[in-house]
Amino acid sequence: MQEVTGEEGNFTVTLKKQPRYVDASKCTGCGDCARACPVSTPDEFNLGLNNCQAIYRSYPQAIPATFAIKKFDRAPCVRTCPANVNAQGYIQLIKAGKYAEALKVIMEKLPLPGTLGRICPHPCEGNCRRQDLDEPLSICALKRFVADQVDWATLPVPEIDKRDEEVAIIGSGPGGLSCAYQLALMGYRPIIFEAAAEPGGWLRYGVPEYRLPRKVLQREIDYIQRLGVDIRCNSPITPERTVSDLIVRDGYPAVFISVGCQESVHIRVPGIETEGVVWAADYLKEVATTGIAPTAGKKVVVIGGGNVGIDAARIALRKGASQVTIVCLEGPDEMPASPWELEETEKEGIEIRHSWGVKQILPDGGKVKGVWLKKVAQIFDEQGHFAPKYFEDQLDTLDAEIVIMSIGQRSSNLRFLTVADGIELTPRGLIKANPDTLATTRKGVFAGGDVVTGPYVAIAAIADGWEAAVSIDRYLRGVDLKEGRQFPRRLPAGGKWQPIPKNNPTQRRSPMPTLPLEEWGQGFQEICLGLDPEAARAEAGRCLNCGVCSECMECVAACLPGAVNHAQTPEVTELEVGSVILATGFQPFDPRGLNYLYGTHPNVVTTLEFERFLSPGGPFQGHVQRLSDGREPKKIAWILCVGSRSNREGSQAYCSSVCCMTSLKQALIAREHIGQQLDMAIFYMDMRTPRKDFEKYFQRAASQGTRLVRSRIHSVEALGDSGDLQLSYVTEDGKVAAETFDLVVLATGMVISPATRELAETLGVQLSRYNFVEHSCFEPVATSRPGIYACGVVTGPKDIPQSVREGSAAAAAATRQLAAARGSLLKEKVYPPEQEVAGEEPRIGVFICNCGINIGGVADVPAVAEYARSIADVAYVQENLFTCSEDAQTLMIERIREHNLNRVVVAACSPTTHQPIFQDMLRNAGLNKYLFEMANIRNQCTWVHQYNRDAATTKCRDLVNMAVAKARLLQPLNSLTVGVTHKALVVGGGVSGMTTALALADQGYEVDLAEGTDRLGGHALNLHTTWRGEQVKPYLHELIDRVQRHDHIHVHFEATVIEAGGSVGNFTSRLSNGALIRHGVVVLATGAEPYRPNGQYLYRKNPNVFLSLDMDREIATNSRLIKNAQAAAFIQCVGSRIPERPYCSRVCCTSSVDNALKFKEINPEMEVYILYRDMRTYGEREFLYHQALQKGVIFIRYQLEDPPQVEEVDGRMRIRVTDHILKRPLELTVDLLTLASAIVPRDNTQLAEMYKVALNEEGFFSEAHAKIRPVDCATEGIFLAGLCHNPKPLEDSIRLGLAAAARAATLLSKDHLELDAHVSIPIDENCDGCAFCVDGCPFQAITLMEYMKQGQVKKTVEINEILCKGCGSCMATCPKQGIYVAGFSMPQLTAQVEAALGLI
Amino acid sequence: MENFEPRLLAFVCNWCAYGAADLAGVSRLQYPANIRLLRVMCSATVSPHHILRALQSGADGILVAG
Repeated sequence: MQEVTGEEGNFTVTLKKQPRYVDASKCTGCGDCARACPVSTPDEFNLGLNNCQAIYRSYPQAIPATFAIKKFDRAPCVRTCPANVNAQGYIQLIKAGKYAEALKVIMEKLPLPGTLGRICPHPCEGNCRRQDLDEPLSICALKRFVADQVDWATLPVPEIDKRDEEVAIIGSGPGGLSCAYQLALMGYRPIIFEAAAEPGGWLRYGVPEYRLPRKVLQREIDYIQRLGVDIRCNSPITPERTVSDLIVRDGYPAVFISVGCQESVHIRVPGIETEGVVWAADYLKEVATTGIAPTAGKKVVVIGGGNVGIDAARIALRKGASQVTIVCLEGPDEMPASPWELEETEKEGIEIRHSWGVKQILPDGGKVKGVWLKKVAQIFDEQGHFAPKYFEDQLDTLDAEIVIMSIGQRSSNLRFLTVADGIELTPRGLIKANPDTLATTRKGVFAGGDVVTGPYVAIAAIADGWEAAVSIDRYLRGVDLKEGRQFPRRLPAGGKWQPIPKNNPTQRRSPMPTLPLEEWGQGFQEICLGLDPEAARAEAGRCLNCGVCSECMECVAACLPGAVNHAQTPEVTELEVGSVILATGFQPFDPRGLNYLYGTHPNVVTTLEFERFLSPGGPFQGHVQRLSDGREPKKIAWILCVGSRSNREGSQAYCSSVCCMTSLKQALIAREHIGQQLDMAIFYMDMRTPRKDFEKYFQRAASQGTRLVRSRIHSVEALGDSGDLQLSYVTEDGKVAAETFDLVVLATGMVISPATRELAETLGVQLSRYNFVEHSCFEPVATSRPGIYACGVVTGPKDIPQSVREGSAAAAAATRQLAAARGSLLKEKVYPPEQEVAGEEPRIGVFICNCGINIGGVADVPAVAEYARSIADVAYVQENLFTCSEDAQTLMIERIREHNLNRVVVAACSPTTHQPIFQDMLRNAGLNKYLFEMANIRNQCTWVHQYNRDAATTKCRDLVNMAVAKARLLQPLNSLTVGVTHKALVVGGGVSGMTTALALADQGYEVDLAEGTDRLGGHALNLHTTWRGEQVKPYLHELIDRVQRHDHIHVHFEATVIEAGGSVGNFTSRLSNGALIRHGVVVLATGAEPYRPNGQYLYRKNPNVFLSLDMDREIATNSRLIKNAQAAAFIQCVGSRIPERPYCSRVCCTSSVDNALKFKEINPEMEVYILYRDMRTYGEREFLYHQALQKGVIFIRYQLEDPPQVEEVDGRMRIRVTDHILKRPLELTVDLLTLASAIVPRDNTQLAEMYKVALNEEGFFSEAHAKIRPVDCATEGIFLAGLCHNPKPLEDSIRLGLAAAARAATLLSKDHLELDAHVSIPIDENCDGCAFCVDGCPFQAITLMEYMKQGQVKKTVEINEILCKGCGSCMATCPKQGIYVAGFSMPQLTAQVEAALGLI
Repeated sequence: MENFEPRLLAFVCNWCAYGAADLAGVSRLQYPANIRLLRVMCSATVSPHHILRALQSGADGILVAG
């Protein structure tokens, strides 16, 4: 989200959508692409615990099943290469053994892979990020390897649409060849004019044969010629054939000049004219052309330390020189020649004399006899310009018969240019060309390579050739040379790349095999022999895949539907919306900075990682194992509060709320996976399990052997190489202890990510001190910017049920102002009228899918189709490549009409994912959608029997037969619809009930609110401030006022529900005040009560013993009482967390800590004690606990078995309690005692019975599913809000009130409820009213009834189709076949059974 | 018995076991091909009649998964 402008009700949101590089409308989710992808990358969904491919689906069950490609920036090797040759791409293909494909990737840019693979100075390797681990990849050697794997003579020539235009290219060096190659591929007819006798330029005439065998160069030039490139040797540009002539006289529409820099730079030193002085370029060319060298048997001195000088020296050695010495200006580490060349040179025994310049060539009788040298003082001046200076007094001489001068190269062969050509030169004497387009000053003439740049590497000339070809193509097509053109060659430095993996084993690069050293100088045999396949693949395996996707395009080739599109770019869209909801979640705390060895020891993992260990869909299929050795752990420790409840730098002061329960759950599930013998230990400070049914889970975990160790962890240490870990910790009583574990799980806290913080800033949404969205208790899902709402962990740490509820709450809040726009963007689809088929004989159409190769590649689909044709009633059979594709659907509709088909079977993938698509197709063809059956021959056949073609084919046949057997008996079904009464009944007028009522009424729905007492407000009437310090009274009064004044809300006082009937959409309830209400939904918000202990702790015996609620009132109204007290105590868990009430009342810890702080504020001298069992100031409330500790509130932990004893002594209370640290009894005398008493449910049994809603053991209403449906009751149309669901603070009651409104609105907003047609239907003539089915129905949808039939009482059953879920319990129970499920009848299932076993 | 290839029939619940069987496919978990899956909307639909009919018709084993 990039920007949100406008205001509540009228926002414009700018979204940037990152490309997924896969067209979702074409992707079938088959996964062929991932199997072809050579790039392996850490699987983000499994937190990098295993690897996936660069083209991936997040997880197997992901919906939609569409794949996506992970791309970072282009790898540094690709970026560094002057021609941007896709090194990562071909390296990955080499790794996969796909050499031909690798060559294709290289040859997109580089037509001379074997040549450049030998001579390129490979700047790519200099930037390879593998060198941060050990050594860079041997990229150049890999390129050469690929080129050497193919037979060039038979390498196929691609099909090219030829064009007429000829293009003249001057020079057949790498630049000219590259340009010609690219133009030929585009269809042009390139003609190369080469002055020399053979093509190749400097590659042929400059590079010595022992580095580049001529046959390698020749085979690549031959291939370029096979593409249609015409190379005319011995065809120099002369006054008889000028560049201008080529255009004007010979009619070439475009010319490319790439003649290189093939002449030595000449310098003047005394004696340079002496016989025996030769220029390196001339020398190399002479040897290459004639094979004869003047150096045979002579003492040779080479002047110059560049690559050309080195080549000259090594050639001289091979041509029989008696001694070869190189003299250069530079020191050993400054030489311009490539280091590997120097190494080889030294191995060959050539001496290099560093830091000497030539003073004079010494002649003897007209011939060279030696060189007079002077010592170099400096090479470059302060500006870095070449400006050598010498010590004129430090001199030396060297004997020499031949001196080869190699001090640089230049282009002097531009003499062929004439004034008429109109081509301007630069001051350096090079051709002036536009750096982007390579256009010269003459229209239609382009130039590139060394002739433009000065002497440089061959790969740069190749790049220029390619760029010039693009320019020439544009020029010839009349397209602007620059417009819309990408210049990928010039990529910015730096980028986002795959992080360099830690703990990666060192793997040196594969060494290049060479000739035995003694043979090097013997001749011109190539020294480097090339990698063998094994070494090459190992080398390729070292690649770190910096860009993740290597763009090798194997996925494109593998994807038969053509869904992959690497050219996708980010999409920016604007949305007009009325509200915005932030639900950006959290990121786990990174525990690397703590001394728990996380990130360095493989057996220390986080709870989130361990969650993946436990998942059957996780990296180990649910088999818990250690990452170090794959062994199943026998002892696991969980460390709680990692990064939470801590003031350490980098940690968070708040409690992350979920980790206690997560760890308890993981301990029990780990034991289910590993077995009873698993030893689980949880190291914790306070066990915080305050949410519904969590306390019972905690007790269960403890009773099932989870060891709970109240402690502070000191450190985690590795025990040698065993993989085991030692935990050192301090127990509550101060003892230091240590224990060894196989695996340590860190319960890491929840942190708001930097990205969310940035987003909040963009949106202008305020964050709290802990970076959660700032909000009030009264508007828990509203942010500081009106119209922007938030839910989930972004508003504070919370678990799944709370997040789901808050999601619904945010929906209610966000749609409140938008009621008028509801439904305004809906479009209704129109289908043709349904054909009547009931009386017709079945005419079944069978469509069998190949799913690309997913089905057809395993099973014999034509054989299956042939078999299908033989089945009775099958009127038509067709195979499809992809049955789900749009064109296939259109065709199927035609076939249905053409062949008058009245039943359809699709044998393809799974009905779970594809049935709706095909049913829609049926409706478009005018058939009832229930006349359809699928045979799952992919997911449940060819994918799971991939290596058994015969068995898979047989199974496909059986599955098709089964589907046809059922299809034969299919009847059209009509989905039932029922109208909806657009009215809600809310039972309970507390804060949550009122919140629900208001939210629904604001949406425009009528609400009846039944309150049992004579006033609204409920439990909140007793509240004074929230834990955030907000005043409850003003809020409550306003809420009550709004409810009472709202036109759509009808409040019934002193009214309870006394009778109820009906079901979702249409309930009828009678209230005790006589009102009869028809309503579509019910929201139960009946609240709860405080527990009032019977005399316990002197309650009601001493006036200074209060319940928390009463104390709230005293603080608000009677501060004198507090001012006068010397000491006060709180006792926690009064009536909570005890065997008869095994739940936590959740609000009491925060309430007592908050009140303790108020005591300290009113009376700082007061001694304040809190006697607790576990301090449960969860979430951001932890802040209050910290404050209380700082202010000197004393916390004493007591145990359930040893509760505090209170007695009255002289009007004051004396409390005896055992100190948890000293383990000794303490005696406290206080003036005020507050009992943090439980919240207990009201008697909800009657309501529960009337609405068929379940209660839990403690008497709170039960939700349908704790996590997935935490607001709904199991009975549809009934929702829960407030304290009747479980104890909770005011803000949660408001959240739940909003959530219930949103859930209710999903039903109230509909005119009709569409019911599934798969419901039970009684067969009256078979039914004798035995009523077996009535008890068996889990949805209470069946009633027994009697009626008069032919003068006799006939018993039968009646189905409530709204309640029926079509489970079929009735059908299975019925002994008389008196009831069946539509679409799954006994005959239909029997037919399938018989078909499966070959009886039909 | 060594070469005995049982013929198995499975009644699978649409909401859980059928989905699990699909997932086995997505994950390419290989298993023997001599089982045929029959989708029902709930394992409660499966009547003893179907199980007995299948065994009478030559099935060697029945799996009800839900």
